[in-house]
Amino acid sequence: MSDHDKIDEIKKAKEAWQQQVEKVIEKRPERKDFKLDSGEPVERVYDPLDMEKLDYIEDLNWPGEYPFTRGIQPTMYRGRLWTMRQYAGFGSAEETNQRFRYLLDQGQTGLSVAFDLPTQIGYDSDHPLARGEVGKVGVAIDTLADMEILMDNIPLDQVTTSMTINAPAAVLLAMYMAVAEKQGMPMDKIGGTIQNDILKEYVARGTYIFPPRESMRIIVDIFSFAVENIPTWNTISISGYHIREAGSTAVQEVAFTLSNAIAYVEAALEAGLEVDQFAPRLSFFFNAHSNFFEEIAKFRAARRIWAKLMKERFGAKNERSMMLRFHTQTAGSTLTAQQPDVNIMRVAYQALSAVLGGTQSLHTNSRDEALALPSEHSVLLALRTQQVIGYEIGAADTVDPLGGSYFIENLTDHIEGEVMRYIERIDEIGGAVEAIEKGFIQKEIQASAYEYQKEIEAQERVVVGVNKFQTSGEQPMDLLKMDPATSQRQVERIKEVRLSRDQGKVSDALQGLRKAAQSDENVMPHILEAVKAYATLGEICGVLREVFGEYQQQITI
Amino acid sequence: MAEKKVRVLVGKIGLDGHDRGAKVVAQALRDAGMEVIYTGLRQTPEQIVEAALQEDVQVIGLSILSGAHMQLIPPVLEMLRDQDSSDIVVIVGGIIPKEDLAYLKENGVAEVFTPGSTTSDIIAFINKKIEQDQ
Repeated sequence: MSDHDKIDEIKKAKEAWQQQVEKVIEKRPERKDFKLDSGEPVERVYDPLDMEKLDYIEDLNWPGEYPFTRGIQPTMYRGRLWTMRQYAGFGSAEETNQRFRYLLDQGQTGLSVAFDLPTQIGYDSDHPLARGEVGKVGVAIDTLADMEILMDNIPLDQVTTSMTINAPAAVLLAMYMAVAEKQGMPMDKIGGTIQNDILKEYVARGTYIFPPRESMRIIVDIFSFAVENIPTWNTISISGYHIREAGSTAVQEVAFTLSNAIAYVEAALEAGLEVDQFAPRLSFFFNAHSNFFEEIAKFRAARRIWAKLMKERFGAKNERSMMLRFHTQTAGSTLTAQQPDVNIMRVAYQALSAVLGGTQSLHTNSRDEALALPSEHSVLLALRTQQVIGYEIGAADTVDPLGGSYFIENLTDHIEGEVMRYIERIDEIGGAVEAIEKGFIQKEIQASAYEYQKEIEAQERVVVGVNKFQTSGEQPMDLLKMDPATSQRQVERIKEVRLSRDQGKVSDALQGLRKAAQSDENVMPHILEAVKAYATLGEICGVLREVFGEYQQQITI
Repeated sequence: MAEKKVRVLVGKIGLDGHDRGAKVVAQALRDAGMEVIYTGLRQTPEQIVEAALQEDVQVIGLSILSGAHMQLIPPVLEMLRDQDSSDIVVIVGGIIPKEDLAYLKENGVAEVFTPGSTTSDIIAFINKKIEQDQ
């Protein structure tokens, strides 16, 4: 029997089956209209008719083979599990260093630094705008002295470190390099990631400093500096995570992230870099949200789209330039303050979707994060969740176990199509920078966020413990308490550093930085010099603020 | 005569960039017929009070998720008192631990909406409060 005959046979059988279904529905109607988070209807069942157009080699291929739909390595987790990397940081460098060492002792395999808001926005801890914020959502780092304490007794050649830092990414990278140098590490032995993704800050995360075009210039400076000086470092982590947290759909998350990625690639090409020089060091960061299958398909689709974009649009020749490597974090916005232990289950399913989607590293949120920063016990449970997925349940034993599923392949195609439609629209607007300046991306995200909230309030979207299955009388939890003296100690430390350093060296380095910023000389070597002279983060960013100006937020509501 | 619209300032106080909640609430209040002024990110207590007085609002909604609420919200209340404007209703939304919540309410915050609150709760609260005050 030919394929064509087989398809005809299936079609006929399906018609007969559908008649049966009609009868069943007459007696017992279905519970509701089913749809994806992106709004698309979900069919009753998927079958070979949905896969008629699928070409195995062209669309899927084997793991480690273009377009990498099934994964970027041939053996995936059979060779090595994903990196278990919990985002952590609070209070002072001492406290965070302790939490890092605790996590490493518990089997965590990489570090991920959360910085406080003044650090992320380039203010020293004693700046008036830092009032109340020092050490709150992350660790306060003002000078190299703090970074030395943060990484104390952590061998930087054995762990990789991811730093969630954007506008001042160059400064924190320079501090990390300076610490590694003091530990005697050659620069090709240290590995890690700086987030360095400013475009999503304007639309979703808010820790911008400079205007978009000036920020893009700093980012390209970092790319080209890294090619020469720190070749194994991931110079950017292009992030959909926060776009999703801000309320986008799964499709928008991938579309806006990849549009941003296109903007970075174009900026680097314009500055004269070759695509295969820097593209292998681009990395990505996605959200693992609650719609299990949609999320798995999202990761697969993102990989396929990126591979095609790099090969077809940018003419990459090196396969490493086409591989979308990504970190995943479970969706913070799905955590509930009500019945917080239920969050453990939410996180576990979200984490499983990331693993089935082929993530390279993973952060699992803690159950108490809708209430406070996580306690040590809650973080341990979150890490153990990953270890159960990796070691107990067999989910990591074969590559892309859901590949070939009628539903998953259909969803993967669907998401790819929708994402490409958005990317084309953004291209028409003139690219991501233009689309952000016009407020297009912000408005799209906002509309989805508002829709989502309305669905919850109309009970079309069930949130267990919030709009259904509520209980009264919540059990109190042991939450992390911040030490109120941290902020004062941090202010004292920065004052001491300012008094004990060689002031002449600091001024010279800052002057050099100013000149570089005003010309087209790479700013990175000057930042490194300033950092080594113990210039503060606020001083360095202050010089750049004077030269580049500050971004004024667009109010799009 | 048409009823005068309730005027609300929705503000992001402090440095945190989490504005999803603030924007959703601003939009819901507007859809409920209120006049909404949204400040955008990174407002200081001084800027919030200044904007509230200038815009002549009856309600200030402050959104904060960074944990700096105990340092940033009391100054707003104090400045409103100093300006004889404690009749402006101040409500807060964000991740606020229970013990801080009690303190803020004792010191002049009318209500605190923590995660899981609905926009209809907030709208109902504002309408009731404004009606009481008239």
